Amino acid sequence: MASTTHRRFNTRAGRAFDVLNIVLLIGVGMLAILPFLYVLAGSFATELEITTRPFFLWPNEFTTVSYESILSSKVIVRAFATTVVVTFVGTLIQLALTALMAYPLAKTDLPGRRTILSLVIFTMVFSAGLIPTFLVVKDLGLLDSYWSLILPMAINPFSLIIIKNFFQQLPNELEESAKIDGANELQVLWNVILPLSKPVLATFALFYAVGIWNDYLSPLLYLSDTSKWTLQMILRQVTAAASLSADELNSEVPPPAQGIKFAVVIVATIPVILAYPFLQKHFAKGMLIGSVKG
Amino acid sequence: MTTALQVDREPPGAPPPVRRRRRRLWTDVVRYRWLFFLMLPGIVYFVLFRFWPMYGARIAFKNYIPFLGVDGSEWVGFAHFQEFLTNPDFPRLLTNTMIVAALSLFIAFPLTIVLALLLNELRLQILKRTVQTLVYIPHFLSWTVVVSITALMFSIGDGPLWTFFSWLFDTDANMLASRDWFRPLILMQMVWKDTGWGTIIFLAALAGVDQEQYEAAIIDGAGRWQRVWNITIPSIMPTIVVLLILQTGQILNTGFEQIYLMSNSLNRSVADVFDTYVYFAGIQQGAYSYATAVGLFKAIIGLVLIFGTNWLAKRFNQQGIF
Repeated sequence: MASTTHRRFNTRAGRAFDVLNIVLLIGVGMLAILPFLYVLAGSFATELEITTRPFFLWPNEFTTVSYESILSSKVIVRAFATTVVVTFVGTLIQLALTALMAYPLAKTDLPGRRTILSLVIFTMVFSAGLIPTFLVVKDLGLLDSYWSLILPMAINPFSLIIIKNFFQQLPNELEESAKIDGANELQVLWNVILPLSKPVLATFALFYAVGIWNDYLSPLLYLSDTSKWTLQMILRQVTAAASLSADELNSEVPPPAQGIKFAVVIVATIPVILAYPFLQKHFAKGMLIGSVKG
Repeated sequence: MTTALQVDREPPGAPPPVRRRRRRLWTDVVRYRWLFFLMLPGIVYFVLFRFWPMYGARIAFKNYIPFLGVDGSEWVGFAHFQEFLTNPDFPRLLTNTMIVAALSLFIAFPLTIVLALLLNELRLQILKRTVQTLVYIPHFLSWTVVVSITALMFSIGDGPLWTFFSWLFDTDANMLASRDWFRPLILMQMVWKDTGWGTIIFLAALAGVDQEQYEAAIIDGAGRWQRVWNITIPSIMPTIVVLLILQTGQILNTGFEQIYLMSNSLNRSVADVFDTYVYFAGIQQGAYSYATAVGLFKAIIGLVLIFGTNWLAKRFNQQGIF
């Protein structure tokens, strides 16, 4: 192996390509995060610096005035808190529903399994569309309720199938021995299967969490009461406006026109960025495990 | 390779006679009661939020008035579909939608493959992992954040990208509110957000390639390009085909959030796509039946496309998804 690796490097053109490739990919990696780093730097910069320096990754004059304005804004703080709670509760519910449905479907001898799986797959390629779903949510009385941000997307069919595939490839012996000891299916799931599936479940929990946190369409459709708006709605409101008054933000500190936009973007992104290292550790593995066999 | 979407077949066998079948059904229910019980919430979810809307979509053939209810509303057949297809807006919506789809299919998708191949050629594992970690990040940002960052970067007069492009093209246009800049901006966002993430599935396929193939090729004197062309690309071909099929089915789904958030009164003529049209007509103007018809039209075309490409892929000896 080592010798062939060595040989692959051996030609001059090959080495030139390697160097070029390294430079190019470092550039691509930088491009992926530079916009975010610029916004981060801008959120700590003064209004003057933002409007006079075209690009910087480190502010000349460091200030937290934008964040002070945000922290004293009741609208933004409330939206942040609500979104955290909705995301937390929603993730638990979505993950529980998905795992509970995936487990029986992993049993190849379950009657009706093939029909149910086909119907699930059908929902991946055909959906009734925005309006009929909206009308169902409306008929269920979920408009202007936080449940409308959680329930209509409770089970992602892709996640369901990947978790099902993961359960399916777990060794049968553990389960059988638990059953010989008198455990019922619920106990087997709770005591045997779920502990073995922690990395996969963690991955999909984070996917669900990011999905709820980032969702803009659901609050746009279902929440007309502005006092219930989630952080993404507020973010849109702040960054799309030419400038905001302290009144609009319900804030004691008058907001800097541009600086506050930078800071709100960071606030809306921070939880996702914090979750990313955990997510990253698992997702490649979690995604692959499930897709090996149908 | 078996794809995730395939359902394993039940063993073949003649159906048992009716009476025995009925008894078997009952013993099955008893025997599997816990499993059915666990699945119940999930089934309720699918019925309520995935299949009930499909039934509700029959308002596309009616003049739905909420006060009268679905059943009490007047049946109009295909009138809404006809109205949509003959609407003067239709050609413009179709064009805009197809252009966004083409940007995704012919530019963003190939770029993903190229990035995956380049990453695969990178032998410094630590650098490879670092670059991967970085390029996945934008995928996890919301469209609201991406659009907000775009607005800050293209802010007229002081945004870094505005400064750069206005110097490059010698213009002082407000790119955020320009018809000419709408599609380039959409493409930039698309590529920035999801090119890196899209490489995951190709890199996974490449990780499964037998290294001996490469060694044998080297002994046979194959150069680097020949190895990529004859080993690497064929080994990700099934993945490319599956993704192409899935993408084709999504052609008319342009990603509502991105387009909606990027459109404004000045670029609307190039920004409007089917998805945003459904929203404006249905939610904002309350034309539920008409908007449902538009959505249904879109979904049916998507279904036809996905089965069509799947059939084509099988014709050309590639593994399909069904």
